[in-house]
Amino acid sequence: MFTIRELVQPETLEEAYSTLISRNPNTVLGGCAFLKMGSKRIGTAIDLSSPKLGLKGIREEADRFEIGAMTTLREIETYPAFQEFYQGILPQAVRDIIGVQFRNSVTVGASVFSRYGFSDLITALLALNAEVELFHGGRMSLQAFLDKPYEKDILVKVRLQKNERKASYQSLRNSVSDYAILNVAVSELQGQWRIVVGARPQRAKLAERASQKLSELAGENGALRNNDENALKQLEDIAKIAAEELAFGTNMRGSAEYRQAVCPVLVKRALMEVLK
Amino acid sequence: MKIEFTINGKKAAWDVAPDDLLADTLRAHGFLSVKKACNTSCCGLCTVWVDGQPTLSCTMLSARANGKTITTLEGVQMEAEEFAKILTSEGAEQCGFCSPGFVMNVLAMKKELKNPTDEEIIHYLTGNLCRCTGYMGQLRAVKTYLGVNSAQ
Repeated sequence: MFTIRELVQPETLEEAYSTLISRNPNTVLGGCAFLKMGSKRIGTAIDLSSPKLGLKGIREEADRFEIGAMTTLREIETYPAFQEFYQGILPQAVRDIIGVQFRNSVTVGASVFSRYGFSDLITALLALNAEVELFHGGRMSLQAFLDKPYEKDILVKVRLQKNERKASYQSLRNSVSDYAILNVAVSELQGQWRIVVGARPQRAKLAERASQKLSELAGENGALRNNDENALKQLEDIAKIAAEELAFGTNMRGSAEYRQAVCPVLVKRALMEVLK
Repeated sequence: MKIEFTINGKKAAWDVAPDDLLADTLRAHGFLSVKKACNTSCCGLCTVWVDGQPTLSCTMLSARANGKTITTLEGVQMEAEEFAKILTSEGAEQCGFCSPGFVMNVLAMKKELKNPTDEEIIHYLTGNLCRCTGYMGQLRAVKTYLGVNSAQ
């Protein structure tokens, strides 16, 4: 069981950040679901749930969505615009995470900032080419954030451009509400494709070679959209490139070999759905 | 630290430690319908409503209840009794250990979903594990309670 010596509920992000960096054991709290399964000893826990911080909820600007760090996964799941945008992959990615009560507790900020390998949300956000805004580190692509070494900071929001991006999310699970053995998200915007594989069990990663190859192929001709043998063969080849270029690991849910074998199947399904 | 909140319609002010979890705090104050089992936030036994939303009290820090409205099964006895009678008539209560959390989530679903399909009911209740029933009796009871057409 984790322990907390002191809990503060700051009313400004400046106050929260200065408390965070003042001592090493100080920690920002998310929904606490993962935290409670460990035995972390926290000096000062920083609770960002004060409404004065404005970190909860989804805001829409003309060109983008801004998802506050304290927004719950259930809010993502039920937000009306997300049912339509990006072919609904955000609600699809989170809807099988445990249960409604769990999704009412856990937050976008904790899922993204902690870069959990098992995260379904990160896989979908990375495929959508999301950006993150950190209090200290500023704005950057989610991809750059995931590749960066860990540094104490506060995730303020996740930003998504409003556009015509088409996308698909696929996962394989032992049972419906379990963690994914593997998850995949694919998206396409103006001929540029992104193939992302997560729960490898390492954190989600863009399959760069496969994405690039697919973007080139799709740009050359429209034949990929033909539901014929040749098009399917090309999609299978792309899916295999994704499985070959990424690293997979073993945990209690599946072996590296199993994940590598499942990967092209999920990628092909996602590609076919986007191409529909 | 002191938290001030509403519990089952009554104002309360309790002292809690920074790492107290709401389920433990509620049980310590006599709200024994709130149970803990899985310790991994997946079984739904500890479900309470926080500002009307079904939430895992085993995962929520008590300090975060400050200023909120908390509802436990003790606060919705009449609605719970109505559903519990149907649950019993379908033979779906079995050992009964998971029933408080299950009932809280069914009542929350009733407020949120209008005329849900079987799939929507099952999906909403995925976070409530029951090791006795196999869920079919529970599904029949929920549909009867909601007045949902079983032909869907």
